[in-house]
Amino acid sequence: MPAPLIEMRGITKSFGAVKANEAVDLSVAPGEILGLLGENGAGKTTLMNVLFGAYAPDAGEILVQGQPVRITSSADALAAGIGMVHQHFHLAPRLTVLENLLIGIPGKSGRIDRAGGLARLAEIGRQHGLTLDPDLPVSALSVGEQQRLEIVKALFRGARLLILDEPTAVLAPSEVDGLFSALRSMAAQGLGIIFISHKLNEVRALTHRCTVLRHGRVAGRVDDPANTTSAAMAQLMCGHEIVPPARGPSTPGADVLTLDGISTSKHAGTVLRDVSLAVRAGEILGIAGVSGNGQRALAEVISGVRAPDAGRMTIAGQTVSRFSPREVQALGLGRIPEDRMTTGLVTNLPLADSMVLPRIGTAAFSAKGLLKPDAIRAFAEEQIKAYDIRCPGPMTRAGALSGGNLQKALLARELAFDPKVLIVSQPTRGLDIGAARFIHEKFLDMRAKGCGIIVIGEDLEELLVLCDRIAVMYEGRIVDTLGSAEATIARLGLLMTGAEGHS
Amino acid sequence: MFRLEVRTSTPTWFNLALPLVAIAATLVLCSGLIALAGAGVLESYGVMFTASLGDSYAITETLVRAAPMIFTGLAVAVAFRAKFWNIGAEGQLLAGAVASCFVGAIPMPGALAMLLMALAGAAAGAAVALVPATLRVKFKVDDVVSSLLLNSVIYYALMALIEGPWKDSFSGYPISPPIEDSANFPVLIEGTRLHLGVIVALIAAPLIWFLIARTTLGFRIRVTGENPEAARYGGIHVERVLLSTALLSGALAGLAGVGEVGGVHFQVMSDISPGYGYSGIVVAMLARLNPLGVVPAAIFLAAVMTGAEAMSRATGVPAFLSDVIQGTALLAMLVALLFTAYRVRRVGAAT
Repeated sequence: MPAPLIEMRGITKSFGAVKANEAVDLSVAPGEILGLLGENGAGKTTLMNVLFGAYAPDAGEILVQGQPVRITSSADALAAGIGMVHQHFHLAPRLTVLENLLIGIPGKSGRIDRAGGLARLAEIGRQHGLTLDPDLPVSALSVGEQQRLEIVKALFRGARLLILDEPTAVLAPSEVDGLFSALRSMAAQGLGIIFISHKLNEVRALTHRCTVLRHGRVAGRVDDPANTTSAAMAQLMCGHEIVPPARGPSTPGADVLTLDGISTSKHAGTVLRDVSLAVRAGEILGIAGVSGNGQRALAEVISGVRAPDAGRMTIAGQTVSRFSPREVQALGLGRIPEDRMTTGLVTNLPLADSMVLPRIGTAAFSAKGLLKPDAIRAFAEEQIKAYDIRCPGPMTRAGALSGGNLQKALLARELAFDPKVLIVSQPTRGLDIGAARFIHEKFLDMRAKGCGIIVIGEDLEELLVLCDRIAVMYEGRIVDTLGSAEATIARLGLLMTGAEGHS
Repeated sequence: MFRLEVRTSTPTWFNLALPLVAIAATLVLCSGLIALAGAGVLESYGVMFTASLGDSYAITETLVRAAPMIFTGLAVAVAFRAKFWNIGAEGQLLAGAVASCFVGAIPMPGALAMLLMALAGAAAGAAVALVPATLRVKFKVDDVVSSLLLNSVIYYALMALIEGPWKDSFSGYPISPPIEDSANFPVLIEGTRLHLGVIVALIAAPLIWFLIARTTLGFRIRVTGENPEAARYGGIHVERVLLSTALLSGALAGLAGVGEVGGVHFQVMSDISPGYGYSGIVVAMLARLNPLGVVPAAIFLAAVMTGAEAMSRATGVPAFLSDVIQGTALLAMLVALLFTAYRVRRVGAAT
């Protein structure tokens, strides 16, 4: 076994009374991909911030190739050969790929070393299959390409250890394969990689070894992830067994939402072509598909954010005429958007404000143009209790909550009004197992109560667990709809690529 | 070595203390300039204080000056809450002044005249503010630039009026005809200039606070400003909210002009506003966009303005210091705002 590239020994870091990390040991050998697992709040991000120099640890030491080092800034970390790809990219959108690479790198006599930069970029591209057009502005890159640029940036600066914080959360399944082959190629050349993810199947497919954190301590290590079950890893993370929710037989009732020949043309992105579907009371309909095949347009039309150019939609038997958020809500539709932080909530205002936002004009929260502050507060407090939303109170800034708690808040604000039909996009993206489990149980509860639910998602395993039927979208059409008995990952995958269904 | 670290929460006392710290920093920074001008720092600030807040007459003068800045401060605070970047309070004030002067010159019973002056002034200010808001909503024109440039348009239109049709044919001065005596706002304390408009300004602040904090329109303004996408998803007509905000903001700035015409100058001239519209931005920022904070912030700036004149007479420090203090206060406040989001931490033993 070679000497570790990086070793963290006895790292302890407290914030006030909260011990975010306690005596954590972690090491990565050259050529090794280490999975770092843990529920939200287990201390993964704090640990990586200590390694990357954003926080100074209260105790413990960091060794780089056997030598103790002090890392107090990201510059120190880079000098020690540590590169990090954050969940939110740090790129200058108006500058080109090459310019972003060269930021902060001194050239010769004050001039940018363009030729040198191009050569290095080409070399890195060749080595790991990370090709990028050097002259494209970052704003023209897809999310996957921006992530690739972040990785190249770290390698460009001589990183020997690369930390990736939930890199697959933003990627489509096809992009994930490309990322994984690049990471394997880097590891094959002796680089160390720390891979943070909630998706256990990815961790099992990619990593050589795992360190699992729970409540700031090392809860366990997994030496052979490929041959360890997801259930065993989940148990290490949560401290107890995680049973997938059981979906009983469904007894669907009448249609609660129908789309008939819905088409869109005007907006940017993929358009909808003659989409017809129906959701019945007490069933969960999944919408699968590779991202960018019209799911967003479908969610926007149903949510009343965009009006279609043709077609008819009904909610609980009533025809939707104006396609406004207020109209669809009034007809009994509950909506949970794909992007919690930008579309769902107002991060800078109190949580209570976000929880009443879509219904602020209704009699529950206002009368004659005047707010009912007591009612708003009481509603928020009630939901915080009912959904076990972890926060100091309804006046907490919404942005201070974790992703799982935000999703619970969004769920609470809709379910409190007993929707007849619920539309939700990417319901558990970025959530840890415990939070995802909670969300799934709520969906099944609602299904049992006779609510019709549409789940738009890319995670096929999740759809298979939840859904009674799964419709597959490809290039703006619904190519086929499978019942839960006939739906398998293989068949759905084939439909998603457009290979079947044109018959 | 020091470093900025993100704060997870900001204590309440900190938010309240912030403007006071910014003001203290401003006075310290500006004392260097006073010393450069060859005067005693404590003596000069002493004169400023006595002249602006030292006796009851001085206080009424400061309040008279604060009134227009309370209105423009409220105008800016409301607009900035919705992230409608109204830099045009100056032009809206001038439009309000012209419209109220026009109405005030028509003979009619005093009470009716004052009411109509206020309505006309508010409407004129609102109409001016509607221009950059409409351009932004319809054509995505940058509202900072359009509202700022509109100030010059309104100013020169006013000049054209008082150099042309309104010119005093008797004296030849570029001033408008005076409003009717009956339309002059009543003075509240004999022997001072404390007029009715000052009280209206002081009442307007809590009313606007109530509007922002306790009404659905205020809720929509706050949400639209913080996250228009979430607002739209939540069923708020973002464009409509921006236009309503602009109308409200412009009307408030217009009322600043009404007060100056009805309570102070009784006519319109080219220097009717010494930049009260721009001072409104400083006031709103010092108040952290809180309508209740606008009142003390405006009184502070008014005291600096009246005090600076007296200081200039007594110690020979140029009265321009008042502008420097205003500018420094704005910068100090902007820097201070950084510390609501970040804390400074000492990093031991730099490597």
